[in-house]
Amino acid sequence: MGLAKRVLQGDVRATARLLREVEEELPGAIDELKVLYPHTGKAHVVGITGAPGSGKSTLIDVLIDAYRKENKTVGVIAIDPSSPFSGGAILGDRIRMQRHATDEGVFIRSLATRGWHGGLSKAAANVIHIMDAMGRDVILVETVGVGQAEVDIMNFAHTSLVALVPGTGDWVQTLKAGILEIADIFVINKADKQGVNEVEVELQAMLQMGAPSAAAWKPRILLTEAINNKGIDDLMEVIRQHRESLIASGRYEAYLRERSRLELVEVLKSSLMDRVSRMATEDDYVEKLIDDLASRRVDPYSAASDVLKRIVQEGKF
Amino acid sequence: MTSGRKLRILVAKPGLDGHDRGAKILARAYRDAGFEVIYSGLHQTPEQIVHVALQEDVDLIGLSCLSGAHMYLFPRVIELLKENKAEDITVIGGGIIPVDDIPKLKKAGIKEVFLPGGSLKDMVDWAKANVEPCRYGERKE
Ligand SMILES: Nc1nc2c(ncn2[C@@H]2O[C@H](COP(=O)(O)OP(=O)(O)OP(=O)(O)O)[C@@H](O)[C@H]2O)c(=O)[nH]1
Ligand SMILES: [Mg+2]
Repeated sequence: MGLAKRVLQGDVRATARLLREVEEELPGAIDELKVLYPHTGKAHVVGITGAPGSGKSTLIDVLIDAYRKENKTVGVIAIDPSSPFSGGAILGDRIRMQRHATDEGVFIRSLATRGWHGGLSKAAANVIHIMDAMGRDVILVETVGVGQAEVDIMNFAHTSLVALVPGTGDWVQTLKAGILEIADIFVINKADKQGVNEVEVELQAMLQMGAPSAAAWKPRILLTEAINNKGIDDLMEVIRQHRESLIASGRYEAYLRERSRLELVEVLKSSLMDRVSRMATEDDYVEKLIDDLASRRVDPYSAASDVLKRIVQEGKF
Repeated sequence: MTSGRKLRILVAKPGLDGHDRGAKILARAYRDAGFEVIYSGLHQTPEQIVHVALQEDVDLIGLSCLSGAHMYLFPRVIELLKENKAEDITVIGGGIIPVDDIPKLKKAGIKEVFLPGGSLKDMVDWAKANVEPCRYGERKE
C-alpha cells in the first residue's frame, strides 16, 4: 500500500515517513501529495508566534490538553532554527509537550528551518496538508521565536496567536516587527509576572490606532499563565469565536482562495526553478545563456523569455 | 543551508536520574556536526521515547542513563521498536555502565555503548560512519 493511503488511515509511521520525504524533497513524495490533496482543508490551523521563551510551547501543551478534552485530535508542528554554521539543529519544543507523547490522538513533529526565512520551514505547507489528510481536527504550528518578521504564518493559519510576555520589553520589539498586523489574538502569557497592565494598556492603545473599526474581527487580548493552566478556557473560547467569525463573514472562503493562489505560485516557482537548474546541468543551455548575459550579448528579460519558451516547447516540467 | 539529506537523531534520557547536562552537550555536538537533534527532556519512559522516535522519523536514538537502570530501560526500547516494526532505527547507549554489561546490551540490540570520559568526537564520528538517513522506499515497512 502506498504511503498516502496509509496516511489517510492515520498510520503514524507512514505519516512520519512521508513528512520526511516531503521535507527532503525526495522523488515520489509529490505523487503521494497528489493523492492526499483532495482530503485536505478540514483541519483548523492555529499559528503561534512570539519572542523566544514567551511560552509558545507551553501554551501548545495546555491547548493540546484542552482540545483532547473535547475529543479532538491534534497535530503539532514545532519549528526551531537550523544553525547557519553547521546546518544542524536542536529541536527542543517537545520538552514542554512530553506528557502527550504516548497519546495516539496527538502527533507532534519538529522541523528545522533549514535556511528558510519567515519563521516556518519550506515544507510547512505540505506538512500541514499531510497532518490534515491524516485526520487531525486541529493543527497547532509553533513558529521560530526570533521575534521579528515571522509573518509567513498568517498565510497558513486560520487563527494566528501572538504570545507576549510582560516586563521584558521583548514585546515592544515583537510589535515593532510587524506582528501587530498578523495577530487575531494576543496572548499575554506569564500573567503571573509584573507588568501585565502596562503591556495590556499599551497594546490596546496601539490596536485602537491601527484597526479600522468596521473590521469583522477585532484582535482580542487575553491573559494566560500557560504554566499554571490559567486562562486557557477563555483562550479556547476566543479561538472558537474567531473561527465562527471567519466562516460567518465569508472571510474563510476568501482565505482559502488566497491560500490556494499562494500555493499555486509557490509550486510553480519551485517547479520552474527545478526545471531550469536541470536544464543547466543537462545541456549547459542555461550556462551558455549566462555567458551571453555576462558579455551583454543578451539582456536578462529576453534570456528568461527564451528559457520559458524552451520549457513550453518541451511540454513537460 | 539548503535541504538535502539530514540525519535525524533523538537524544533521550530514560530513567529517573536528575540532570541532563551530558545529554545537552551531546545534542550540541550532533547539531554542530550538521545533524538534526530532537531533544525531549528528562525522565522519559521507553514508551515515550519510542513514540517520539516514530513521529519524528529518526535514524538514530541515543539513550543516556546514569541511574543504573540501563539493563532494563535500554532493551525495553529495542523491544518496543520491534513491536512497532521499527527495528531499523539504530540505538546507541551511554552513561554510567559497568563494562560487564556492554556485551549483554549489544546482544539485546544496542549497537554501541559509550562510556563517560569518551570523546564527543568519537560519538559524532560513529554516527557518521554507521548511520545513514533513510532512503526513499528503502526502509522496511
Ligand atoms: N512564570 C511563567 N513562566 C512560564 C509560563 N509559561 C511558560 N513559562 C516558562 O517560560 C519558559 C519558556 O517557555 P517555552 O514554552 O519553552 O517558550 P517558547 O516560546 O516555546 O520558547 P522557544 O521555543 O525557545 O522560543 C519555560 O521555562 C516555561 O516554563 C507562565 O505562564 N508563567
Ligand atoms: Mg518553543
